[in-house]
Amino acid sequence: MIVFFIRRLGQSLLVLLIVGLVAFSMFRFVGDPINNMLGQERTQADVDRMRVELGLDRAILTQYGIFLKKAVQGDFGVSYRQGRPVIEVLAERAPATLELALVSGALALFFGIVFGMYTAIKRDSFIAKSIMTASLIGVSLPTFLIGIALINIFAVKLELLPSFGRGETVKIGGWTTGFLTRSGLIALILPSITLGLYQMTLIMRLVRAEMLEVLRQDYIRFAWARGLKERSINFNHALRNTLVPVITVTGLQLGSIIAFAIITETVFQWPGMGLLFVNAIQFVDIPVMAAYLMLISLVFVTINLLVDMLYFAVDPRLRVSGGKG
Amino acid sequence: MPVPVLSVRDLSVEIPSRYGVMRPVDRVSFDIAAGEILGVVGESGAGKSMTGNAVIGLLARPAHISGGEVWLMGQRIDTLATETKRRIRGRRIGMVFQDPLTSLNPLLTVGQQLTETILEHLAVSKKEARQRSIQLLQEVGIPAAAERIDSYPHEFSGGMRQRVVIALALSAEPSLVIADEPTTALDVSVQAQIIGLLKRLCRERGVAVMLVTHDMGVIAEAADRVAVMYAGRLAEIGSVRDVILTPAHHYARGLMASTPLASLGMRRLRQIPGSMPRLGRLPQGCAFNPRCEQATQRCRVDPTPTLSDDPNGRAACWYPLKGTI
Repeated sequence: MIVFFIRRLGQSLLVLLIVGLVAFSMFRFVGDPINNMLGQERTQADVDRMRVELGLDRAILTQYGIFLKKAVQGDFGVSYRQGRPVIEVLAERAPATLELALVSGALALFFGIVFGMYTAIKRDSFIAKSIMTASLIGVSLPTFLIGIALINIFAVKLELLPSFGRGETVKIGGWTTGFLTRSGLIALILPSITLGLYQMTLIMRLVRAEMLEVLRQDYIRFAWARGLKERSINFNHALRNTLVPVITVTGLQLGSIIAFAIITETVFQWPGMGLLFVNAIQFVDIPVMAAYLMLISLVFVTINLLVDMLYFAVDPRLRVSGGKG
Repeated sequence: MPVPVLSVRDLSVEIPSRYGVMRPVDRVSFDIAAGEILGVVGESGAGKSMTGNAVIGLLARPAHISGGEVWLMGQRIDTLATETKRRIRGRRIGMVFQDPLTSLNPLLTVGQQLTETILEHLAVSKKEARQRSIQLLQEVGIPAAAERIDSYPHEFSGGMRQRVVIALALSAEPSLVIADEPTTALDVSVQAQIIGLLKRLCRERGVAVMLVTHDMGVIAEAADRVAVMYAGRLAEIGSVRDVILTPAHHYARGLMASTPLASLGMRRLRQIPGSMPRLGRLPQGCAFNPRCEQATQRCRVDPTPTLSDDPNGRAACWYPLKGTI
């Protein structure tokens, strides 16, 4: 298991290095940053001085090394647009995105498993069939459309829920949270539904498919033959056996919830990292984009690692063979 | 005469389908006394397993009992409510399935599965349930049971797993055990051990056993009486000695003639021509008539003969055989 863990850790680092290379090369592809930073009234001497100052005169690999070294220390340079350290800007926006992702991830997981189990166990019932049909909508409608539709219904027509922003937030240390105020919680409803709907239907369909497969297994029939309660069979025996694939997908989906909150954040003007990223693209704010890229890949890699570890907790068969590889 | 543990009377199972109503089990009757092993043999699809499932109440929809009665220790059980039926399963009827590799839940330890069954049916504490589980494992011949109880199913060999399955079937001290092909998936040498174990437990605990198999060797070795099924009907029933040495039904004779039995010495095996008719395509008259060498006009026209048409009450045949094969 430890060997396995170390190997996965090595793979994760490799992925991060490659993403770092991509992020780094962005600086070069989008033109000479010195042109952007020095105005029209520049002399060649200014340009040369700036180039040395920024280390742009050195070999590419050296520059990459320096970039990585700084990145590890959390130094992604200064945002072109805001003139503040990128890490500071990101840290300010992260709580909004993480809270949104957490809530919609939890909603997606909870309702995904509940509906998935229900539609598998009562697969011939009318309600189950209705849920399955409705889930097609969740899969096929694009996120922004769902967001706009929800705003139209609940904010514009019914005037029940706010259409944008986080509501009031409370600052605890460096973390601004919307969990503690009424308006903060209310503001979370629409964006988290919008963001989580697709993941929910995905998890639901996966749980359903896995459950149908597991319910056919001999050990489930044997559990019935032993006279166990239906509830215990469904949860303790069947659900548990569906968890390995569900964990995989949920883990990956949590990563993409954070990464692709961009659209939802834009629709709801949610002051998170996604919105920051969209604005950064508009203003070609490369340091912000590079840092965002690195951060998201870090999130993905970490979640993947955690998912792999979770397998061992769920499936005892892996604990034996997993140690060897 | 004491009340038999299991008494099945004219049991029929029907499956409605697009092509009409199938009858995989058709008016089957038999008794099993305490401490007795009744072997049920027949080709695949003869209705052996279906009969077992009907008795324990585990028919998968849309199959259902369409007629007849099932009595357990003088109590009629086929008409009970779902919840009462569940309490009988495991508690008063234990079941052993064919494949020990798939009958156990891979994610729960053997001890968890045993104690779960015991706690479901008996009013004992967790500690007592665990103690009982260890005893059961010892009884079915698992070495070092006290340590092995916390192992997962994949840590046992196939034969050992079948022992665990038997321990599970016996965990609430049922009076009847239905063993559905308990040795088919095992190595020959292990088969003998499992049969020996079943026989021993049957004698020691006075459990009635319904041993469903297509292996005549297993029947000859283990059973006291044998019921031969063909196309959902009981073809012949009698003591193992009688049925093997002097079968009365032409199908039973064909079955014996095609089975290598060491006790009968070396001889050429004969095969029964043709194959068992599919359900819903049963011929008029005796279901075996197209394959029977001695079929007459009566066999093709008259309604299916039953056991009561044989003066000795052994074979469902108009012209039961007398003498040896």
